[in-house]
Amino acid sequence: MLEIVFFYIAATVALIATVMAMTRANAIHALIYLIVSLLAVAVIFFLIGAPFAAALEIVIYAGAIMVLFVFVIMMLNLGEKGDKQERQWLKPGIWAGPAVLSVILLVELLVVISDVNGPVSVSAVSAKEVGLSLFGPYVLAVEISAMLLLAGLVGSFHLGRRYLERDHIEKGSSQ
Amino acid sequence: MDGLNIPLNHILLVSSLLFAIGMLGLMIRRNIIFILMSLEVMLNAAALAFVAAGARWGQPDGQVVFMLILTVAAAEVAVGLGLVLQVQKRFKTLDMDHANRMQG
Repeated sequence: MLEIVFFYIAATVALIATVMAMTRANAIHALIYLIVSLLAVAVIFFLIGAPFAAALEIVIYAGAIMVLFVFVIMMLNLGEKGDKQERQWLKPGIWAGPAVLSVILLVELLVVISDVNGPVSVSAVSAKEVGLSLFGPYVLAVEISAMLLLAGLVGSFHLGRRYLERDHIEKGSSQ
Repeated sequence: MDGLNIPLNHILLVSSLLFAIGMLGLMIRRNIIFILMSLEVMLNAAALAFVAAGARWGQPDGQVVFMLILTVAAAEVAVGLGLVLQVQKRFKTLDMDHANRMQG
């Protein structure tokens, strides 16, 4: 029963955070809301008995992919404008929204782990089953995704390398 | 109900709402970074639907597809952000309406 209540709280947090992310003017603020939304979806994964998917959601989505976004945004705006923005970021009005949503998720998480026999699905799909399936009937999909990742690596390296080289040449010619 | 106390249609409702918000964001924003974020939201919503269905029937296939979606999202965002750098370099703006011709 408690599980269902937690699901509705996490779903509400996810929806509010996503709406806020889509309507922000500043890209970094939108990213903070998006990270909260991904964490809320990870809570939902945990509640429906997919703890491994929840961990992957946090590590890869909220960790790796969002950090990529942050790096690119950092590479794009530099200088005094960034400084001014930094000062604006310290206003409580800007981080209060994501903070409240994150605190709701944190309280939920604390209540869940305080009672181990509590609202966690009993018959979860274990990571072992997923691994056996992934390298059994789905092994061709794994190989195709390996090729996809290689293509993504080569493509992003190509685009990024040209960006860096041109920057270097322009700096060299201006000196 | 096999191992899932939450009604499946409610999870699918949340997933559809997330997808709709992502699509709305894709349509109303012109900044390429927000377009990429909307794509992430939409992929995430699809992944939620897959995991929920997998949990409902107690099959690992939902989480397998979740991992494949994760791979696609990672590859897509890497190339997309490389394109963001190129667009900013060439057009000095992130507005996609300035980059609507085949030849920059």
